[in-house]
Amino acid sequence: MLTFTIRRLVLSVPTLLFISLIIFLLLELAPGDPMAQVPLTVPPEVKEKMREALGLGQPTHVRFWKWLVQFFWIEPQVMIDHYFGTTYAEGDLRVISWQTRSPVMDIVVQRIPQTLWVVGTAYIVGILIALPIGIYSAYRQYSVFDQCGTFVTMVGFSIPPFFTGPLLIVVFSVQLGWFPFIYDTTHKVTDWDSFVYQFRQMILPVMVLALQTTAQISRFMRASMLDNLNQDYVRTARAKGLSEAVVVTVHVLRNSMIPVVTVIALGMPAIFGGAIITEQVFSVNGIGSLLIGALFANDLPMVQTLTFIFAILIVFFNLIADILYGILDPRIRYD
Amino acid sequence: MKLKSILMGAVAATAFAPAAFAERGADGHVNIIYWQAPSILNPYLSSGTKDIESASLVIEPLGRYDQDGALVAYLAEEIPTVENGGVSADLKSITWKLKSGLKWSDGSDVTSQDVKFTADYCMDPEGGCAQLAKFEGVSSVEIVDDLTVVVNFSEPKPNPYGPFMGGQSPIIQAAQFADCTGAKAPECTDANFGPIGTGPFVVDEFKPNDVISMSANTNYRDAAKPAFATLTFKGGGDATASGRAVLETGEFDYAWNLQLAPDVLAKMAEGGKGTPIAAFGTLVERIEMNMTDPSPSLEEGVRSTAAAPHPALSDINVRKALSMAIDRDLLVEIGYGQAGRPTCNLVPAPLAYASDNTDCLVQDIAGANALLDEAGWAKGSDGVREKDGVRLSLLYQTSTNAVRQDFQALIKQWWDEIGVETELRNINASVFFGGDPGSPDTFQRFYADVEMYANNFDGTDPESYLAQHTCDKAPKPESQWQGENINRFCDPAYDELVAELGRTGELSKRGEIAKKLNDMLTKDSYVVVPLVDRGRVSAHANSLGGVVLNTWDSELWNAADWYRIK
Amino acid sequence: MTDLSNPVPLTKPRSQWLSVWDQFKQHKGALMGGGFLAFITLAVLIGPYIWTLDPQKLDIRNKDLRPIFNAIWDSDAKVSWAHPFGTDNLGRDGLSNLLAGGRTSMAVGWAAMLLTLGIGTSVGVIAGFFKKLDGPLMRLTDLFLSLPILPLLLVAVTLFRQPLRANFGPEGGMFILIVAIIGITSWMPTARIVRGDILALKEREFVLAARSIGTRPGAIIRRHLLPNVISPIMVSATLGLAAAIITESALSFLGVGFPSDFPTWGKMLADAVQRMEEFPERVMLPGIAISLTVLSVNYLGDGLRDALDPRIRGR
Repeated sequence: MLTFTIRRLVLSVPTLLFISLIIFLLLELAPGDPMAQVPLTVPPEVKEKMREALGLGQPTHVRFWKWLVQFFWIEPQVMIDHYFGTTYAEGDLRVISWQTRSPVMDIVVQRIPQTLWVVGTAYIVGILIALPIGIYSAYRQYSVFDQCGTFVTMVGFSIPPFFTGPLLIVVFSVQLGWFPFIYDTTHKVTDWDSFVYQFRQMILPVMVLALQTTAQISRFMRASMLDNLNQDYVRTARAKGLSEAVVVTVHVLRNSMIPVVTVIALGMPAIFGGAIITEQVFSVNGIGSLLIGALFANDLPMVQTLTFIFAILIVFFNLIADILYGILDPRIRYD
Repeated sequence: MKLKSILMGAVAATAFAPAAFAERGADGHVNIIYWQAPSILNPYLSSGTKDIESASLVIEPLGRYDQDGALVAYLAEEIPTVENGGVSADLKSITWKLKSGLKWSDGSDVTSQDVKFTADYCMDPEGGCAQLAKFEGVSSVEIVDDLTVVVNFSEPKPNPYGPFMGGQSPIIQAAQFADCTGAKAPECTDANFGPIGTGPFVVDEFKPNDVISMSANTNYRDAAKPAFATLTFKGGGDATASGRAVLETGEFDYAWNLQLAPDVLAKMAEGGKGTPIAAFGTLVERIEMNMTDPSPSLEEGVRSTAAAPHPALSDINVRKALSMAIDRDLLVEIGYGQAGRPTCNLVPAPLAYASDNTDCLVQDIAGANALLDEAGWAKGSDGVREKDGVRLSLLYQTSTNAVRQDFQALIKQWWDEIGVETELRNINASVFFGGDPGSPDTFQRFYADVEMYANNFDGTDPESYLAQHTCDKAPKPESQWQGENINRFCDPAYDELVAELGRTGELSKRGEIAKKLNDMLTKDSYVVVPLVDRGRVSAHANSLGGVVLNTWDSELWNAADWYRIK
Repeated sequence: MTDLSNPVPLTKPRSQWLSVWDQFKQHKGALMGGGFLAFITLAVLIGPYIWTLDPQKLDIRNKDLRPIFNAIWDSDAKVSWAHPFGTDNLGRDGLSNLLAGGRTSMAVGWAAMLLTLGIGTSVGVIAGFFKKLDGPLMRLTDLFLSLPILPLLLVAVTLFRQPLRANFGPEGGMFILIVAIIGITSWMPTARIVRGDILALKEREFVLAARSIGTRPGAIIRRHLLPNVISPIMVSATLGLAAAIITESALSFLGVGFPSDFPTWGKMLADAVQRMEEFPERVMLPGIAISLTVLSVNYLGDGLRDALDPRIRGR
């Protein structure tokens, strides 16, 4: 398993380089212009000058090479400088966003707290609710609990966040006045009261996001458990006199985790990717809204960098999932 | 005795009230929300409204336009005119004089050096300045003394209020930006995110595309202002959320540009926490008729260029009938409510330049049908008109936006009633308004028969706006499809009149020519079919006083005068 | 699988499919789900011929009508028998929009879901079963997971809209483009889930047994592996249908979807959100339609899964 991991890690470098090239070419090919949001009152000659100042006049391969150097060589140096107080990267040009004319990575770092607070919490809450629901629904298939769970999760999944978000706002913010709905990113948690405020402002977006996660994961959990509950080894375990709890939570659960691990691993990069619609509805301004804003403004360096970070996370978490398969089911061998 | 005490009380009240009222920072905190988040606080590197308006709290120009479009001195002593000698008689130079005793927020003096530096900063050929058009025709900026600068133009400039006037062209501090000129402009992140200014507020923290925290400028020129000690400028979300936050929950005090359907806005206003306010500028929602043939059967290079006139829309009767079939009152009622008025003009304001053309305001389906019948466009078996093998079937495109899609549906129905078949298409705004020469969907490329969007002009003078429709400004493959003459209208008489406007300095004469140009595009030729004069709707909390909505300059132009109603 | 709903009653020997059908019949949820799905499919197919109002026709004088049942509790409600489900803010008829929208949404949903499942399952099975192809196919999956969807859409529209429009008309061309885009951008989770299960299954004894008697890979996959991954595929199908119907509306919001006057359930829902306090029925009607469709597919899937599992069937 160790050799497999190392081999995959080594292999992921060319994979990621290839992915970055494909993303770059895709963005290049996509119609769009960083001047799209400039008011129409600005004459075309001025826009042309602004494009040149952004470096758009250079050929594609030059710009791709520049981005590679900036991302893989200069940005790590900046990070080292930041932590150790060195000055390796001084004077070097970093990846600069076209919208804000500031280093992309600085903005990404700025956005991580609210993204993790809201989207990360929602994901964890979602998983924590989904697993028990899935397990119990399968164990008591077609019970009232199972039917209710099915109904709620399926309806929850069919109703998109652009509807649930405003619905919760109307009910809880406008009518009842319990929670704020414009997320305050400047808020800092220092004591109990500020933690309570943080909790209150997180609760609505977390509810919206957790609903989707719960629905998805609990369905896979339930289906997979059902597949395993009737297997021979379960009968054997019961015959051995093991308690129901041990049979279900140890034997069946472990064997049912493979699809669930896949789904959870696929969702992990999405935490960092944020939740575009929900972030927009609640003005969370996390990484999701950063990405969509950059896409609409055709801020190519920002889009390229963000999508590439997601690509790294996707490759990484899929590797983790593959390793977990081997642990969950030792029969799975990759070599 | 009694009378005396009452009098005393009254005197005391009048004496104390302004004193208690007029203290910097006495009213605590104010929250502003813009659903588009500011990316940068340097208007010379971005011309987005969100960036210019947020920056206007911090940096100020020499003069601004007020809510009526009149000029008001800000950093300048007074507005220079020909009458007061500030503008030379040949219209080739303008002399600005700074107020004395002005301080930057870091405590240093504002001098003419800063003004000249601002011009040099923007006019640097490598800087990619977003406001370069403001400095068009400027040959030099000379420092006369510490408080006086002269801007010289290479040609006579009937409207010399381009540089240093309005929110797009504020004065930046020379000391802060000295190392940031030319190609180095984007590298000065600290300066671009926190410019030192003369405005009522200073930046404490700037999170790009998210939120700005500000506090009162201790060196602001009026010791009693601003009334608020701190300010939060939140960006992001959508118009619905920001409207709710001000009108329904009261989380915020001011919300910008609430582009919502009138019934939705009215429902929100019932929340009772705030008030929507509207004002009108020069923004006109219009339909542009393509004078060239966008048919996909034509080869690239000919398609949508002057080489191929439009088979149907070249006929003025068709264009006129299309305009006659539209009920502009209903469009306003559905889409804009108090923020819109029906119009037939491309230049709806200011009064001196606005034509009195109103002949399009009444919908006339029967008249349009008669006109088309007369012109030889006969209805076929499927109800669609035809002439010489050309079917009146139009592709109608616009950007993606709920109101525009409602307009499309309504107009499609009316055109259907006069025997014109319409196919609708909506395109993502970032593609539609972008100038990517490789995309077939940009509004300049115009691969459709008619398209709808809104445009306006900066300040109060429509000269460059009207000059957009000259023959040479048509987008074409040779110019990478760049150009402002979207409908490819071409009339030598029009070009001639535009040139005349450029030579004319006298205001009344300029107005006359501008009106004539406006009429040539609208009621004489119907190449531009104006629909709605679009105002701006913003909203403020009922407890926020002093708000005066201004569409000629930054909406936050008088934030120094805002206060909390107790 | 399509012959399930239409079983051929063979006499002897008792066909496997017949016992599947017997088991399926006992599943009440599946029968109800199937029945409702048949109803809604018939409604959107035949409905527009019975309720003939044009969904695109604006009747501005009768805008903002409430559904007829509002009159039960609110006698002042603006209702009209001419528009039993009310009208929208431009006076378009609610019922005919629901029917016409359902037609498009169901077509897009099913087509995109089947395409997603087709690509996802094939890639997953092949990658899981053939060790040599696992690496390349999974890296391809990683690539597709990383592609930003909006630029991809814009590129697809730029390249393919004109030829598709010329060959299939504005709506037909858009339909193909939308289904293809949803299919291409959402097969990856299914592929990874199926692959994960196949990796574990192919090491089981019954596969070893099949292999040892010389069963060819194709047959192993068909007879031994696919039936055992049916349940995650069913879940993917159910979730995929809901996601496709919603994604379609997100696409038209991005300006890549159908023309704006072309109703779909997702678009009706999105348009109505702004006015959900005053006109809750406008969000409820399409929302209920989507939810019920997805629920019935879910129950149908449950029933199918149970019916296909011989361990349950035997009991």
